[in-house]
Amino acid sequence: MTTLTEESVNVPVFVIRATTGWRFLDLQELWDYRELVYFLTWRDIKVRYKQTVIGAAWAILQPVAMMAVFTLFFGKLAKVPSDGVPYPLFAFAGLLPWQLFSRVISESTNSLITDQRLISRVYFPRIIVPMATTMAAIVDFVVASALMVVMFMYYKITPGMSLLWVPVFVLLMIMTALGVGFWLSALNIEYRDVAYIVPFLNQFWLFLTPIAYPSSMVPAKWRVLYGLNPMTGVVEGLRWALFKTGTGPSPMLAASVTISIGLFLSGIAWFRRRERIFVDMIGSGGR
Amino acid sequence: MPTPALRVCGLGKLYKIGQLQKYKALRDTLTDAMSAPFRAARTLVKGQPTFVAAAESEFWALKDVSFTVNPGEVIGIIGRNGAGKSTLLKILSRITEPTEGSAEVHGRLGSLLEVGTGFHPELTGRENIFLNGAILGMKKAEIKRKFDDIVAFAEIEKFLDTPVKFYSSGMYVRLAFAVAAHLEPEILLVDEVLAVGDAAFQKKCLGKMSEVAKGGRTIFFVSHNMGAIAELCSRAILLDHGRQINDGPVATVLEHYSRLNNSQGSQIDFTLDPSLPCCILGLRLCNQDGVDSNSFDINDEITIFITYRVSVKLHGLQLTATVARNFIDVIHSFDTDGMDEIPPREPGLYQARLAIPKMFLKGGIYSVRITAGTPDRLIQDFEAALQFEIEELSVNTHMKGYRRDRVGHVILNDVWQSSRLE
Repeated sequence: MTTLTEESVNVPVFVIRATTGWRFLDLQELWDYRELVYFLTWRDIKVRYKQTVIGAAWAILQPVAMMAVFTLFFGKLAKVPSDGVPYPLFAFAGLLPWQLFSRVISESTNSLITDQRLISRVYFPRIIVPMATTMAAIVDFVVASALMVVMFMYYKITPGMSLLWVPVFVLLMIMTALGVGFWLSALNIEYRDVAYIVPFLNQFWLFLTPIAYPSSMVPAKWRVLYGLNPMTGVVEGLRWALFKTGTGPSPMLAASVTISIGLFLSGIAWFRRRERIFVDMIGSGGR
Repeated sequence: MPTPALRVCGLGKLYKIGQLQKYKALRDTLTDAMSAPFRAARTLVKGQPTFVAAAESEFWALKDVSFTVNPGEVIGIIGRNGAGKSTLLKILSRITEPTEGSAEVHGRLGSLLEVGTGFHPELTGRENIFLNGAILGMKKAEIKRKFDDIVAFAEIEKFLDTPVKFYSSGMYVRLAFAVAAHLEPEILLVDEVLAVGDAAFQKKCLGKMSEVAKGGRTIFFVSHNMGAIAELCSRAILLDHGRQINDGPVATVLEHYSRLNNSQGSQIDFTLDPSLPCCILGLRLCNQDGVDSNSFDINDEITIFITYRVSVKLHGLQLTATVARNFIDVIHSFDTDGMDEIPPREPGLYQARLAIPKMFLKGGIYSVRITAGTPDRLIQDFEAALQFEIEELSVNTHMKGYRRDRVGHVILNDVWQSSRLE
């Protein structure tokens, strides 16, 4: 429903009418609403930490606990290789992006439902809702990353120039998370089955991603196929940038990047197409 | 001619009943997809489509609504439940898209469809002001600038840093309205916000709204409170079953609306409920000649007869008649108003008579509410039990202050005296 023209008297004129078909993001509008993204993110973080006893420490505690379990069972007992990197560090580098991703998929799915009162009463670009969920997860990611720096110092590892690639893979991670988040949140409005699939999807996906093990364990001929999981590229890319080990730029990584971009763009397109009926599907409690 | 603030052309919203269903399960979509080829095959074989009539599962919540609003107008949207009022506001505030037609909005549009939207119980008053302001479309700098005004208006200074979950409902509503009231869009949509809070605060809200209106902003106001509509709005649009059936000066449209609800005749009978200590059996309206009617001239005396049976001896029994014009109560009267003390009522059949003098009520549509009760118990309550109309047949009211479409509800004739002093 968007046609924005500027009148001579500088009063914005907006025409509301039925729209059809596919459309991309309205970047100008998103920019205008940037403060709302900030406030919704801020709300998510604030509320979560207000309701918990140890607050922000959860952001670090969760990946650390996972790292401890992985180190004990996979590193020490199962003797899973870790491409020459100390296993705890190796696992932690994988767990950081994984925690973000796993949080985004589980929380995005219900994000529109959680905020249904908002959606059915005020207009704003709906895509802001799953975006804010992702932003809140990114804040936790940044907090937990601080521990990564400490671990580097503990193991006396000096990262090389490839460290400059870290932002690129962080971006790839965010794009993947957003893409999946857009899909799941939009689908869950129409098919509530999604909310039941996601916990399973979350576990399933963890094993398909090289978190506890390196992708070098996967036979070379299967690697491109393995790379179709976009999180493979994110995790292996990050490890490569941090430790200069494992698989750097490779056909596997290319496969992941392609899928990631595809998910991101198609997620936006699907969300924008279906958002027209969100409020009609949710209803508004008799109002 | 000024540029309109809003131009609505043939707006319509079609709902499919299936769409209104809470959600569909993946299963339904799958079975739909599976059965589609079979349906197609059946069509092919039988040679005729097997579509079910679509009309049954669709309805227009809004249809062919068109109007133009000039800047500074305050417009009431009225109609019964399900008339399409909320759907109209939802389309205008872009929450949902119309199915057909268009609306051209000139300027920033803010909506107040429910106060406190987006308030989070865990956050403090201060935090919620910022969150809610941002949700309603205010910039952070704007909220900061208005922060003190908002807090002062809401009267919550002391509790600014308390989570709102500990607020009383009154404080909560005050804060929510305060944030919304400080939104300064060119066009403001307001839905039922005045249904909340205590009388003093409601008055404050009304004051704030008329202040906003006087500042040249356009306001759309949806409410079941016709008194508020009559007080705030200059113009009203009446919706019924999704159609726009009247658009004009607020008094005229309110009258049309009361007529819409008016189906009774001049007499109504009720069945005896033996379990009640006192039971109203019938109400009757007639003029000074004793002729039953519900249509009077301003020079007619209007008499309301109330027949009731008392089955046990009652102390302090009172009948109440409340007469409202355009949903504003004009007369509130007890049958015991003329007595020094209320006499006990022995069991028996009674008739009470209330005579409204001629040249007292202005032309208009009136509804009568009758109740029976004792000071500590309301026994019966008949809201809008009777309706009548007073017409200006015998007087040319053109130059009179009490002409039907002017403000006010009662006539004071021959009360003025002017004399030349010099």
